[in-house]
Amino acid sequence: MTNLPRRSVLAGALATPALLTRAARAAAPLKIGFVYVAPIGDAGWTYQHELGRRALQAKLGDKVKTSYVENVSEGADAERVIRQMAADGNGLIFTTSFGFMNPTIKVAHAFPKAKFEHCTGYKRAANVATYSARFYQGRFLAGLVAGHMSKSGIIGYVAAFPIPEVVQGINATLLGARKVNPKATIKVVWTSSWFDPGKERAAADTLISQGADVLTHHTDSPAVVQAGEEKGVWTLGYDSDMSKYGPKTCLTATTMIWDQYYIKRAGMVLDGTWKSTDTWGGIGDGMIKMAPLNKAVPAAVAKEVDIATRAIASGRFKPFFGPVLNQAGKVAIPAGQGLTDKQILSMNWFAQGVEGKI
Amino acid sequence: MAEAVLILSIVVATLRAATPLLLAGLGELVAERSGVLNLGVEGMMLMGAAAGFAVRALSGSAALGLLAAILAGIAMAALFALLTLRLLANQVATGLALTIFGIGLSALTGLPWAGVPAPGLAATIWPGLAHAPPALQQVLLLDPLVWIAFAGVFAVDWFLRRSRAGLALRAVGESAEVAHALGTSVLRIRLAAVLFGGAMAGLAGADLSLAYTPMWAENMTAGRGWIALALVVFATWKPWRLAAGALLFGFVTIAQFQAEAFGLSLSPDLLSTLPYLATIVVLVLISRDATRLRLAAPAALGKPFRPTD
Repeated sequence: MTNLPRRSVLAGALATPALLTRAARAAAPLKIGFVYVAPIGDAGWTYQHELGRRALQAKLGDKVKTSYVENVSEGADAERVIRQMAADGNGLIFTTSFGFMNPTIKVAHAFPKAKFEHCTGYKRAANVATYSARFYQGRFLAGLVAGHMSKSGIIGYVAAFPIPEVVQGINATLLGARKVNPKATIKVVWTSSWFDPGKERAAADTLISQGADVLTHHTDSPAVVQAGEEKGVWTLGYDSDMSKYGPKTCLTATTMIWDQYYIKRAGMVLDGTWKSTDTWGGIGDGMIKMAPLNKAVPAAVAKEVDIATRAIASGRFKPFFGPVLNQAGKVAIPAGQGLTDKQILSMNWFAQGVEGKI
Repeated sequence: MAEAVLILSIVVATLRAATPLLLAGLGELVAERSGVLNLGVEGMMLMGAAAGFAVRALSGSAALGLLAAILAGIAMAALFALLTLRLLANQVATGLALTIFGIGLSALTGLPWAGVPAPGLAATIWPGLAHAPPALQQVLLLDPLVWIAFAGVFAVDWFLRRSRAGLALRAVGESAEVAHALGTSVLRIRLAAVLFGGAMAGLAGADLSLAYTPMWAENMTAGRGWIALALVVFATWKPWRLAAGALLFGFVTIAQFQAEAFGLSLSPDLLSTLPYLATIVVLVLISRDATRLRLAAPAALGKPFRPTD
């Protein structure tokens, strides 16, 4: 055997994949990647993003090809995963946790052609957009329900860390409850962990023993809802509809629906109109939705919640609207005024009626 | 009356928070007293939690779930025993590997059960729990596992101090060579101790996934296996001190939440470090005096033993 045919075979072997890729590229679907901070599970923050991904895939069919990586820690691992996704040819990448902010920006810089969408962050670039939801709107409505259902007027709140997103939720719940019961108070306990079912359970038990008869949580497990079901105490879920953990006692839940946003943004990449934007959607945009109310909630209350939902959706009513005093009794929101988005995003004070320390 | 219920609820909450630590700690204590250091407690607990919940969900029987958890813990411990006792692998490295393995394997096997709701053990035994009067409800919340854990303290203490087998076990832990020369079967005793440790860790995992927070979620033990390990040292390898340590740890956790809910301005970060601080202080105190440390720790702890003839 001479050298010549062998070399041409080699050249042919090298050329074929290149040709194939070029031919395939014309009709190739847009590859879209999702990076999740936790396992998908069956409820919770990451699960809601996964529902959005499924909706996107179902709606756009073979025009897109979605994939995900779950349980990505917010440390050094995140950059590796995001970089790998970009290198694999994903044209649009959703990174769905606050801690992915810096890795996303870094990888986006190295892959200027890919588009990135970072959830709950504040750093943007020409190819990095940000998006989040006005969770506090749902919290206000949940507070309204709590105010009606609580006999003791004490709402127990199991929270992870005192960051603005959590503080907004606590204040909004209180303002909602005080709309119907001006004497309502909230007791807050901190677990210093987003996910520790045992600690969340102990915190819930504690709040019940101190007279709270409605519980809610800003942590990632359904342990608080379970504690309520076991002891016959009302609860308000968060992230996902948690009624299966508390069929008798879970009153409603603030849930996040990312479906429409994901479909819209993928469509924009497909028709070339995608731009780096900052989206903060609420009930009006369908990003926040209340889980169906428990049968135990009286019809009159359900109607009131419905009216408030529509008022918030249309923008006629703002949950953070003065007069609101802070814990020290000083004016936090002057009468007749609302808060700007910037003020809400940096909220670091508790309203009067919240017992707890930031 | 309200105060009495509050105090009762603090007591019950403390007991319940201490139970998984005590169960896992008792098992590890016995293993260490036989001279085997098994750092795989967290991994064995997770396997127990996953297997227990899966079988509970499949069969609908809490008792079968508990049994499955014990067997899963024993299976993990058997793997550890094979590697360290028979193949003489390094105990520290093997134990760490067992934890990492357990985290991964439990996540895999538990996957279909993530997000499946199940009633807690107490609510299974007492269906009317949610509507019971507050004081009675608190008492009913003390499920069988709480009683098993605290009865276990008596049993293990009696076994180690009063029984012949316990004496042999301690001898093996102090000096395997001497025990061997006296005709004691070192490896058989260590195997039994390691398997007991696995069974108790599995039960501790089931306490979390079937009783305390009845669900399966990846990594749901959240470091309790490591705390149990630290408590064994804190207790200087004595069952009664282990119970005290577990109760202290449980109480500080509960007290932190109670203080916050009362509106006391204590730093939650400082409070949540207290149990760990206490462990470090005890470690410093017992290791300050070399003799006392030598007397407290099983002398052959972590040393492999190869029977010569």
